[in-house]
Formats: sequence, C-alpha cells, structure tokens
Amino acid sequence: MGDLLNIFLKSVFIENMVLAYFLGMCSFLAVSKSVKTAVGLGAAVIFVLTLTVPINWVINEMVLGPNGIFKTDLTFLRFILFIATIAASVQLVEMVVEKFSPALYSALGIFLPLITVNCAILGGALFMVAREYDFAEATTFGFGSGVGFFIAIVVMAAIREKIRYSAVPAPLRGLGIAFILTGLMGMAFMSLMGINPANYMN
Amino acid sequence: MAEVETKVAQEKEPLFGKKERQLIIDPLNDNNPITVQVLGICSALAVTTLVKPAIIMALSATFVIAFANLTISLLRKGIPKQIRMIVQLVVIAFLVTVVEQVLKAANYPIWKQLSVYIGLIITNCIVMGRLEAFAMANKPWRSFLDGLGNGAGYGIILIIVAAARELFGKGSLMGFNIIGNSSQYLIDTTTNSFFSWYMPNNVMVLPAAALFVIGVIIWVQRARNQKLIDVS
Repeated sequence: MGDLLNIFLKSVFIENMVLAYFLGMCSFLAVSKSVKTAVGLGAAVIFVLTLTVPINWVINEMVLGPNGIFKTDLTFLRFILFIATIAASVQLVEMVVEKFSPALYSALGIFLPLITVNCAILGGALFMVAREYDFAEATTFGFGSGVGFFIAIVVMAAIREKIRYSAVPAPLRGLGIAFILTGLMGMAFMSLMGINPANYMN
Repeated sequence: MAEVETKVAQEKEPLFGKKERQLIIDPLNDNNPITVQVLGICSALAVTTLVKPAIIMALSATFVIAFANLTISLLRKGIPKQIRMIVQLVVIAFLVTVVEQVLKAANYPIWKQLSVYIGLIITNCIVMGRLEAFAMANKPWRSFLDGLGNGAGYGIILIIVAAARELFGKGSLMGFNIIGNSSQYLIDTTTNSFFSWYMPNNVMVLPAAALFVIGVIIWVQRARNQKLIDVS
C-alpha cells in the first residue's frame, strides 16, 4: 500500500506530466482560459489515463510480450496498438460528453478529440512500460498522472483568470503570458525533482 | 519533398487562385499553428535545442500533414463519425512510417540521430488538428495546400526557436561555432589565461526556455499584427 501511495504522490507532484516533463502542452495552454472548461478537460484526461494505462499494460504483457499469446516479441507494434487503444477510449469519452454535456462539448471543441494525440496519454503508457510497473502500480500511476494534469491545468486556469486584471502589455495578453507562466511554473517544479516520498514514509 | 514541388508546379495554372494562395499564406502569420492555433507545442519543446533536427522535423512534418490531409479529404465521405479518429491515426502512422523508412534508406546517420523525433510526429497534434478542423470538411486539393501552409508555418517557428536556443545555449548554429567557447579562445593579457567572451547559457537548453522563446515570439508577432491581440 505504501508503494502505491508513493507512486501516486510521485506522479502527481514530483513527476508531473505537464510541469516536469512538459507533455500535453497543446491542450494545457489552449483550454486553460477558464477554470470551468479546465475542470472538464482535466476530468476527461483523468478518465482516459486511468482507463488506457491499465489496458495498455494488459496489451503489453498479454499480446506484445514474449510471454503473451503469440509467444513472440512483438514490441515493435507497441506504438500502433497503444495509439489505437487511446483513440478508441477517447472516441468513447467524446460520445459520452456529447450526449450528457453539450455545453462542455462545445467549450472543449477540437481539443476533445485531440486528447488522442495528447502526448501525456501516450507518455503515460510509455513511462509505464519503461518503469516496469505491475498492474496495480500501472493503474495507480495512470490515475496519479491524470490527477497531476488536472491540478496543473486548473491552477493555470485560475492564474490566467486573475492575470486578466493585471497590466500585462497588450500583445502579450492571453497566450503569450500563458507560455511564460508555464515556463516559470516548470522551473519551479524542477526543484521538486529528485525528492523521493518513500524516504518520508515509515 | 521534390514530389510535392512538382505537383504544385503542374496544377498551379488552373487551380491556384487567390483563395488557394490564402491557404498557404495564412498559416505563416495570421493563423500560425503554434502561436495562434496552439497546436504542436510538445514537439516544439522537444526538438528545438539544435537547428538541424528542427529543420528535418519541419520538413517531415510538412510532408505528413500535407499527405494526411489529402488522404483524409479523399476518404472523408466514407468515414463513419464514430471511428474517424482511429482511421485518421492509421493514416498518420502509415505516413510517418513511410517518412522514417525513406530517411533510413536515404541517409542512415541522420536517421539514427533522429528516429525518435520522427516517431513523435504521430503524436504531433498539428496533424490531427488539421485533419479534424480542415480536411474532414474540404476538397482534396485545398486540404493538401492547407497542409503545406500549416507545415511551413510550424517549420518557421520551430527553426526560429531552435536558432535562438542553439545560439544562446551552445553558442553555435547548425553545429558551427558562432559565439561559443570551443575553438575561438581569446587571451586575457592581465592574468595570461584563456577565456571566451560568451558563456553558453544552460537555461536555454531546458524545455522551459522554449516556452519563454515562444512567448517572446508571440509578443513580437502580436505587436506587429494588432488584430491578433487577445481582447478578452
């Protein structure tokens, strides 16, 4: 249990997808204009990551690995299969959102289908392979990364809502200042790198 | 890329009107994929520490965007809405594989250096963004031009960012030393020691620096092009 908590804390704060690895930037910058849409996209990303990382773990172990159903090493198919899994899950999310929340659907616009090519999602699956997690760890890691993305995008949206009242030079308003803010937040997060929560849990 | 250019030249006369020209020119400034549409940021952070990978990435991405747009536009009436993302990704993955194999055959050392970056094009949201926003609703020839224009607009920003980061982070451009300290030492006569007048700035090598550089590019672009200023 302590191991899982450790992985969760690490994936949320220390190895945050957005602010430490700079993955998933496009939707992070484009959809963080208001807290409301940011919460919607953040929730969708949590859902997709929690769903796809375990599914991709199963595919990686049962289909692609040397101990899988084909008894051969098919890891060169990893990208295609991972992306196909992600595309199918995102398509599912899109249909659900369109049906139950048309307002959120139109607010997210093109960035809902673009979760498919959000590098944070594929990055989550590839980190999971690289770090050799087992099934429970992979699920925790997927959920934690999603929560990390959620926190980052909501914080960013809150800052951008406040900064509207500041005297930012007109050409830098909106997107320009968002880029610079993200850079500063990323540099702040660099100071967390290397902390291991396991050292503080007994 | 030669194939692309001959195609443009052949069909230029009857089909290249004002609207078509707009499709190429708009993404260079008014509707730039990175600074206005906010697409393809991840790769702009990952491949811009040096100029050379940035140029190869820009060319490969332009090829993939243009031909993915063309293919999806030809197929657009036959794709059911429920599975369109999977179809789009299969097309993109196929084209990326083609680019990678061609590069491997044509120039093996470069391929070895860049194979990871080329794979990144699959998850580059410009490609799928243009498929969703343009190719699903427009005719093949215009989608193809839209792809070329967006590839060029993406490439320009990529190369500017890479030039700034390589120049100030490593003191070189395209691998040639410009202001760095590797070969051109000066002699400090008071202490009789070697020194270089420019110390490479390691911050520029961090991904965060790319965000700062793009922020400044947006600032300059919007100062010159007032209609892009965000009024909200």
